[in-house]
Amino acid sequence: MSIFIDNRTKLLVQGITGRDGSFHAKQMIEYGTQVVAGVTPGKGGQHFEGTVPIFDTVYDAVQATGANTSVIYVPPMFAADAIMEAAAAGVKLIVCITEGLPVLDMTRVDPYVKEHGARLLGPNCPGLITPGQSKVGIIPGRICLPGNVGVVSRSGTLTYEVVNQLTQAGIGQSSCVGIGGDPINGTNFIDCLAAFEADPQTTAIAMMGEIGGTDEQEAATFIKEHMKKPVVGFIAGQTAPPGRRMGHAGAIISGSAGTAAEKIDAFHAAGMGVAKRPVDFVQLIKARLA
Amino acid sequence: MNLHEYQAKELLRAAGVPIPAGDVATTPEQAESIAQRLGTAVMVKAQVHAGGRGKAGGVKFCKTPADAKEKATAILGMTIKELVVEKVLVTTAADIASEAYVGIIVDRATKKPVFMVSAAGGIDIEDVAASTPEKIHYHPVDTRYGLLPFEAMRMGFFLFKDVKVARQAAKIMSQLYTAFMNAGCSLAEINPLVLTPDNQLVAVDGKMVIDDNELDRRPEIAALRDESSEAPSEVDARNANLTFIKLDGNVGCVVTGAGLAMATMDLVKYYGGDPANFLDIGGSSNPEKVVNALRIITSDPNVKCILFNIFGGITRTDDVANGIVTATKANPLTVPIVIRLTGTNEELAVKILQDNGFSASNDMDAAVQRAVELATKGAAA
Repeated sequence: MSIFIDNRTKLLVQGITGRDGSFHAKQMIEYGTQVVAGVTPGKGGQHFEGTVPIFDTVYDAVQATGANTSVIYVPPMFAADAIMEAAAAGVKLIVCITEGLPVLDMTRVDPYVKEHGARLLGPNCPGLITPGQSKVGIIPGRICLPGNVGVVSRSGTLTYEVVNQLTQAGIGQSSCVGIGGDPINGTNFIDCLAAFEADPQTTAIAMMGEIGGTDEQEAATFIKEHMKKPVVGFIAGQTAPPGRRMGHAGAIISGSAGTAAEKIDAFHAAGMGVAKRPVDFVQLIKARLA
Repeated sequence: MNLHEYQAKELLRAAGVPIPAGDVATTPEQAESIAQRLGTAVMVKAQVHAGGRGKAGGVKFCKTPADAKEKATAILGMTIKELVVEKVLVTTAADIASEAYVGIIVDRATKKPVFMVSAAGGIDIEDVAASTPEKIHYHPVDTRYGLLPFEAMRMGFFLFKDVKVARQAAKIMSQLYTAFMNAGCSLAEINPLVLTPDNQLVAVDGKMVIDDNELDRRPEIAALRDESSEAPSEVDARNANLTFIKLDGNVGCVVTGAGLAMATMDLVKYYGGDPANFLDIGGSSNPEKVVNALRIITSDPNVKCILFNIFGGITRTDDVANGIVTATKANPLTVPIVIRLTGTNEELAVKILQDNGFSASNDMDAAVQRAVELATKGAAA
């Protein structure tokens, strides 16, 4: 078992002929992901790497191949439309790698995706991987190892760092999910924690947060109230300078600055293990797997 | 990107919001002639990207043009929160019966722009929020429909009992929302929204923060950027497509990815050092970025050691190695460098570095400890 993707995932790649899309489509195919279709308007009828059929629209691709998951590598100004196109075509999991989406675009995309019964991961995220089965996005496959630790993170490279250290210590992962660092994203920590709690393969969870916002505090409350599985947390940005103030409104609405100290306190209050350094995950997770 | 008050007010005025007449001056003489032209008592207001301008002495009331010249002389060149004031806004002073607050911010929790309005506006609005939260009304807007007239009217009545004034307020909120959406804001606020003794509403101060991701499709907004109000190294970094924030420490950090960059800074601190900067070279494989990063970091005289922490996911570590070699050949380093890299093409990268007299490790903790040690030694020397 795993969360969100496994060896039955049928993936379509939006922007498969672009620079990033083609590079990562190849990597995903090499990893063993079932890449069933690509979409690039105007290139319908061609094949990617001679094997993967390309379609003009997501609708055509889904009709012809039964793709149930999409990964998006289109430029930021087109990404909102690409996400909604996938949702409208009936894709159930949409993973948006693209960085730089205007946040106001996301205020329209989020309700649209929900109304179509789809899940969006990202934008501005590294995607996800279920080691040994399927990878959707850009997480390097070779640093992962099949196992029982669920990994969820707001950051890309920090995820790689921690996953790599776990793997080198012989600790495998059930699934690794990067939810992305944008202010509005489709899937949050709680969505992933709930999925890991329900996944029989996952026995412990590593969670990497960052300063800003209140997602981590809400996740800590969820962990305390709804989870039996152990969770180890880390917050990046403990030494970051206080952000440049965003007028009065930011302070009014959050009632707090979303500092690392606040988040770490919330982790302690939820009875979580707290990693002070990325390398600390190894010992803290090991102790909780035993 | 932050806009100056005068820029925000121009955008609000274009959307129809009533704004007191005024203009920008860069010299005391200009301030005097603007006050002369306005023919009213004026406010002279420092234009810097900092809150608390009034409390810092950067906002003054002036009865006469001569007074405006004198106050502008004092304000121009003063420093507010480390920012030098280079422009003042000279604007007609409004008569104040009461002050309200009207703001919109993109809210992570509701995933919508949220209006916040309060009849208790002014400079202490945060205290109002903290001590008497019932005095603030929140209203999330579904951007697919926009701010509906009845929603605006409901907020208008929350602020003012008199229907004529409530209608004016509702209209201003619709105009503020239009300006917010048209400029691609993450925040827009009018504080105070002043009610004059003759029952007219006027926006006495305005603030807008633009979502940087909007700038590509809004060149007219991007053109409002005032580079003179930013640290030169940060301007240089942005033009090189790097994310850079200058700090006060002496360990210069070059890292792939924001999360790992923050974690690296934390680790520098954990081992007793102080980071000189936050610098994310992003996920791309471009040696040019490394060259630019090194130029920006070495221009800071505080830096006593340079630390590279590279996790090669998309980034090819051999590209980073080549960037380091190229940059240091052109401009030999005067401070020690510690390189940690792991991931894609690691063996090749290590070989490139070794062939050029550098050493590299793949242990993040060991590298950070070493960098802190060298920086401390360099600072003592």
